[in-house]
Amino acid sequence: MTMRIELGRRAALGLGASALAMPLVARAQAAPVKVGLVAVLTGPQASLGTHLRDGFMLGMRHLENRLGGRGAEVLVIDDELRPDAAVTKVRAAIERDRCDVIVGVVFSNILAAIMRPVTEAQTFLISTNAGPSPFAGRGCNPFFFATSYVNDQNHAVMGQAAQDAGYRRVMIMTPNYQAGRDAAAGFKSRYRGEVVDEIYTPLTQLDFSAELARIAAARPDALFTFMPGGLGVNLVRQYRQAGLGNIPFLSAFTVDEAVLPAQGDAAVGFFTGTTWTPTLPNEQNARFVRDFEGQFNYVPASYAAHAYDSAFLLDSAIRRTGGNMADKGALRAAIKAADFRSVRGNFAFGANHFPVQDFWLAKVAKRADGKFQTEHERKVFDNVTDPFAAECRMPAG
Amino acid sequence: MSTTLLLVQGLNGLQLGILLFLIAAGLTLVFGVMDFINLAHGVQYMVGAYFAAFFAAQTGSFWLALLLALPAALLFGLLLEFLVFRHLYDRDHMAQVLATFGVILVLNQGVKMVFGAAPLQVPLPDALTGGIRVMEGLLYPTYRLAIIAGGLATAGLLWWLVERTKVGMLVRAGATNAPMVAALGVDIRRLFMVVFGFGAMLAGFAGVLAAPILSVEPGMGDNLLILAFVVIVIGGIGSIRGAFLAALLVGLVETLGRSLMPDLMRLFLSPSEARQVGAALSSMLIYIAMAAILAFRPAGLFPVRAS
Amino acid sequence: MRALKAELPALLLLGVLAVAPFAGFGEGYVLTLMARAMILAMAAVSLSLLVGGAGLVSMGHAAMMGFGAYAVVILDDARIVEAHVVLPVAILAAAGFALVTGAVAVRTSGVHFIMITLAFGQMAFFTATSLAGYGGDDGYTLYARNTVAGGRLLENKLAFHYVCLGALAAAWLLCRMLLASRFGRVLRAVKGNPMRAQALGFSPYPYRLTAYVIAGAIGGAAGFLFANATEFVAPAYISWQRSGELLFMVILGGVAGLHGALIGALGFVLLEEWLSHQWEHWRILFGVLLILAVLFLPNGLSGIPAQVAKGLRRG
Repeated sequence: MTMRIELGRRAALGLGASALAMPLVARAQAAPVKVGLVAVLTGPQASLGTHLRDGFMLGMRHLENRLGGRGAEVLVIDDELRPDAAVTKVRAAIERDRCDVIVGVVFSNILAAIMRPVTEAQTFLISTNAGPSPFAGRGCNPFFFATSYVNDQNHAVMGQAAQDAGYRRVMIMTPNYQAGRDAAAGFKSRYRGEVVDEIYTPLTQLDFSAELARIAAARPDALFTFMPGGLGVNLVRQYRQAGLGNIPFLSAFTVDEAVLPAQGDAAVGFFTGTTWTPTLPNEQNARFVRDFEGQFNYVPASYAAHAYDSAFLLDSAIRRTGGNMADKGALRAAIKAADFRSVRGNFAFGANHFPVQDFWLAKVAKRADGKFQTEHERKVFDNVTDPFAAECRMPAG
Repeated sequence: MSTTLLLVQGLNGLQLGILLFLIAAGLTLVFGVMDFINLAHGVQYMVGAYFAAFFAAQTGSFWLALLLALPAALLFGLLLEFLVFRHLYDRDHMAQVLATFGVILVLNQGVKMVFGAAPLQVPLPDALTGGIRVMEGLLYPTYRLAIIAGGLATAGLLWWLVERTKVGMLVRAGATNAPMVAALGVDIRRLFMVVFGFGAMLAGFAGVLAAPILSVEPGMGDNLLILAFVVIVIGGIGSIRGAFLAALLVGLVETLGRSLMPDLMRLFLSPSEARQVGAALSSMLIYIAMAAILAFRPAGLFPVRAS
Repeated sequence: MRALKAELPALLLLGVLAVAPFAGFGEGYVLTLMARAMILAMAAVSLSLLVGGAGLVSMGHAAMMGFGAYAVVILDDARIVEAHVVLPVAILAAAGFALVTGAVAVRTSGVHFIMITLAFGQMAFFTATSLAGYGGDDGYTLYARNTVAGGRLLENKLAFHYVCLGALAAAWLLCRMLLASRFGRVLRAVKGNPMRAQALGFSPYPYRLTAYVIAGAIGGAAGFLFANATEFVAPAYISWQRSGELLFMVILGGVAGLHGALIGALGFVLLEEWLSHQWEHWRILFGVLLILAVLFLPNGLSGIPAQVAKGLRRG
């Protein structure tokens, strides 16, 4: 169940098609590199997958559809946020379509599902978003890289920020599932003050009024929350409407460019912990944001930025091996070198194949053109390695 | 937990119940009168919300959007009735389930194709942006009070329509024994169409009301559909009164369970366990309630159908 | 002879699946896809026993698969991976759940049965999401597939194909024999006219409950295979959407005979696979095809030959 998007040949499938059309002079030189791009494109969380896909596609466009000097084809795979469907489709991409590398994945449960099928086929898997901590620690894998973060890190950023801001009493609210519980743990790993209460809400919850009443009753110095996608849209607007806007709103993956259009003015002034914002001052980032908005007509989120970086990472690695993807050891070393310019500025891989990078406290703002974006406020962690790296004993490939 | 807080939670439960009622009312009538299982009822709620978002963006006014979205939802419901549903009235439940599931797939993907996958927003109407201070630091949004008021008024109107008008009499008769009504010479097809269009409009109305507080996104009706089915089964199929009371019951159980369950669990368990078990249990609560009610009163609280 | 003719479609289909690996469908991914289709078909056949045989339309059948799958997970976590231990546990776990919930559920009928099975399915779903030790909502990756007599037979794709085929054939045969037996006749009598059956001295309750437990047990076996096929288990396997899908497979194929479930499940999985290659918004096409199938194929996919024959006679 894959959507085939062979760049250049059949690019008419929905993706700013004309811009991707490229002459095919290069194809004759060598068989193209095949990339399987996994993203959730159906269901309520599809907007996150759309960011991811568009970010990677823009990267390919800036690379003129070549990776390390070889022509490239991208096979877009919709994981539907259904683990069993994702496994079937990714296996098909590797066994039938002979994908050389699998890139993408928004959600941790999908990554966990496809981890074994991909790495056991000795195929490199590069996560551009999901980063469950087991894969950074004891479960680290020679065929797995992440260009994003360990999930807990963005929450730890907010914990540190709350600590730095001197908040004494903080309330935590997350959905009742693994990533939600990890978020609470990540926040508490850095925050030393009092946690007034922790609220866990059902993942399908639409209305937060019951919880907002509890927050108002507890009157904390700040709220820390993690509500991805539509959950965040509902929470942020209801939080404002309930008049709680004066309680600082600290979050991760809750107010970002994927949902800001729907949150609008309600989110302005809310905080998020992140690896990247559209405002980070470097040349690569400026070009990425400008061309992304030009082509897709919306502001990119970190899902898009990490995916964009991943295209350049692949390009640099394949260039380093001289186009050879058969020698897995050499390719691994080449990926690990991370010899590309990231939209995040600092970027290197640690021993566990997760990034060593900066983390930022960012705040939502309304731009002059009426669109919304996150803007970096200050650097919370400088060139930091994730806390799980020490547990990783990277096996030899 | 203080009394004020309990009161606020009660209001919240009431408001959820009202939204559920607006969806369940159409569902229970269509099911009761036509013996037709319409899984696509939830997407009509979504379509209503999307109409609201679209018209609000075009006109810049919530009220105009409401005014335009209602007839649009009605027309859309009638269109679906004409294209698909009317060919299914004579078929068994399973055929209806399969076909209306097809409609869900088409419409969920259709709105995504037209409006994109990202959630949309509908701004609050200016007159209702404020709130009433119910306790220190918490405003109860005026808009939510308006939802409660509007929903209660609609429920009253519906009661009047069903209990006091000729069409309502036919609807009630149809819910009890549809073949008999047809045998008495009533144009049952037209009655079906009226009921169907009205039900679709009510679901669309719920969607419009919810649009300013909930995110408007593809698939937003799917989970509410399941809740609405729970409501009509608890209430008794075909019964407006049952749907109303069951909707309030489900709304209150959902809301109060969510806030009280963790505290309750804390009596037996450690705080962190209590939070997780409490959250899981409160998700199950309405299903447990439904299973219990069905086990003891298989036809629901207010059975209508003559068996 | 007539009995054999009625079984022809199912036998033909199983035969096609048996030779498929040697008829150009032996590639790795095709085998993966066929395994998935056969496992879901197995669950659909057991559901068809309920729907077609007993008139019990269950909206919680995925929970049966879920119990089987989670049995694999929990034993895997305890490093118990021998199939001869895991499979019986999976079957018993699902049958046990079916017995406990069925004891309440089969007292109801019609739409109330749909809703009460949905309720039990949802309870199983929320329980699975709260199993933090087994990945909670994120799911659980198996260390490896289960072993058969210490060997890694299930890792071999071709072998796994025939294991699934054998399981599917066995499930079909079991349900077939049940329906043809006195037990099946009573079930159908109860479905057709519960009052009359009761008047004749058959209490429908034990018959329906037995059918429900047997269907649950087969579902558990399917769950065991599904966990091994994907080497991963998540609460999503128990969601009401999956229960709905199983039901749609049964209805799409046609409820008149068990082969309808076979055809429906294979058709559903292959159609999904094929359509998703065609268009980003393929679900629209899928939905339209479902609607058209209902409108123009009153007896499901398995009813097409009869419909064509009738049309020819008339024409």
